[in-house]
Amino acid sequence: MHDGALFRRFCILGVAAWLIVFALAPNAGLLVVSFLTRHPEDFVAPGLTLDAYTRLMDPTFAAIFWESVRLAALATLVCLLAGYPFAYALARAGRRARPWLLLMVVIPFWTNSLIRTYAVIIILKSRGVLSNLLEALGLTSGPVSLLYTDTAMFIGFTYTLLPFMILPLFAAIEKLDRNLLDAARDLGAGSLRAFWNVTLPLTMPGILAGSMLVFLPALGMFYIPELLGGGKSMLIGNFIKNQMLLARDWPLGAAASTVLTVALAVMIVLWRVAARRAREDEADDLLAEGAP
Amino acid sequence: MTRKLRLAWMVLVFAFLYLPILVVIVYSFNDATYSTAWRGFTWKWYERLAANGPLMDAALRTLVVAVVSATAATVLGTLAALALNRYRFTGRKVLLGSILVLTVSPDIVMGISLLIFFVVLGASLGFGTLLVSHITLCLPFVTLTVLARLASFDENLVEAARDLGASEWRAFRDVILPLTLPAVGAGWLLSFTLSMDDVLISFFVTGPSYEILPLKIYSMVRLGVKPDINALSAIMFTLTVACVLLAHAMTRTRRQ
Repeated sequence: MHDGALFRRFCILGVAAWLIVFALAPNAGLLVVSFLTRHPEDFVAPGLTLDAYTRLMDPTFAAIFWESVRLAALATLVCLLAGYPFAYALARAGRRARPWLLLMVVIPFWTNSLIRTYAVIIILKSRGVLSNLLEALGLTSGPVSLLYTDTAMFIGFTYTLLPFMILPLFAAIEKLDRNLLDAARDLGAGSLRAFWNVTLPLTMPGILAGSMLVFLPALGMFYIPELLGGGKSMLIGNFIKNQMLLARDWPLGAAASTVLTVALAVMIVLWRVAARRAREDEADDLLAEGAP
Repeated sequence: MTRKLRLAWMVLVFAFLYLPILVVIVYSFNDATYSTAWRGFTWKWYERLAANGPLMDAALRTLVVAVVSATAATVLGTLAALALNRYRFTGRKVLLGSILVLTVSPDIVMGISLLIFFVVLGASLGFGTLLVSHITLCLPFVTLTVLARLASFDENLVEAARDLGASEWRAFRDVILPLTLPAVGAGWLLSFTLSMDDVLISFFVTGPSYEILPLKIYSMVRLGVKPDINALSAIMFTLTVACVLLAHAMTRTRRQ
């Protein structure tokens, strides 16, 4: 029995120690730094203050924050609109083809996201693939460039994050019982109505999971706005990075990170409530169905 | 949705996902430095890539960090999953909660909190700090992957082993580990790709003396597009495909 206790202690303490030292302590440090005073040479100076948070109240930061949320939400919406029919088609594909099609979704998902961002640059830049194509088709008279625009940034987000949307959607749609759809059709529902009243509510957990998986990374990826947007629009990730590495204003960077974390925590809680409600609705529907 | 419409949408999305990558691969063989017009087939960008010492060094470092951190994260993460699944102890919920929080916490926040931590400790930024950060990044993903497998695991097998006199360690080595090995392997592969792919955290926790591939690509792309990045991208893409196919083949043979 003795060695059992030893092994058990080894497992628990090892992991707990790692997390306390390298996850809890750094995050506590971040919080502390956000309350300290800025120091140009020494990064931070002692003396507790709310200075960094007061500076975040500035309308500039509110605009940055809002722009980041707007872009991330828009990217999530486009991924959902493109990904849903795709995941649906995938779930309805033949049994033999399905694993291979799924594999084809996973491959870009595993490819380095910088490499994929770079691929987007090649296509969008002036005299790039798109520009040449449009010119060859006679649609434009000279070279065009989409690079360093909001559209480019937006294409970049959609391109890198789409697989994150497709995989949970596929899992949700594949689980869907087709008999329920047939039943709806038998009861006279048109295909649109059957989709709206049956498919959509039943796949809501997948929709919510996919949306979170796209939305969260879209907020923090500073390299996509920089490489594709030309650094013209400042997003929250760029703001944090610049404060930490360029302006050397650690308290401000730390405070912005804290605000971001708290905002995300609130969103995750809301998401969990929504997901639970979706599941309960599903349970209700099934119960109602079982009733005579 | 009609069959035709589904097929068309599927083709469209796959085109969106693959065309950019294919374009990069095609251009990696294009004998033109600045223009995107096709000037004939060449290997010269690959030759130039192989001759680019700093870039090759960065690639090697990335690989070393990925292998070591994936291995360490897999060991730690598997132990954590085991502890969470088998033992009831005070703070169990806290441990599980913090692992879940860690998976959703934004990478950029993890990056700067670790940077502050290392600077306060006076650690020099480089291999060590990179390794620690990547292990922390990957650990929760391994734990969750293995935990999912352990949840569908027949407890009686372990009980039987214990009844037959196996120590806790032997039960782990001879019963639990072999049965959860696919999940452990999947956790390792996941960690390996997470580490290879990471830009946001590495950006903060490594110093100029220890440059790794994603950061090198980042600065190269910022300075303008050069054809040797096409060659590098093509190689990395091919490697990814090989890895994914390998993992796929492994899980397939296991199922049979």
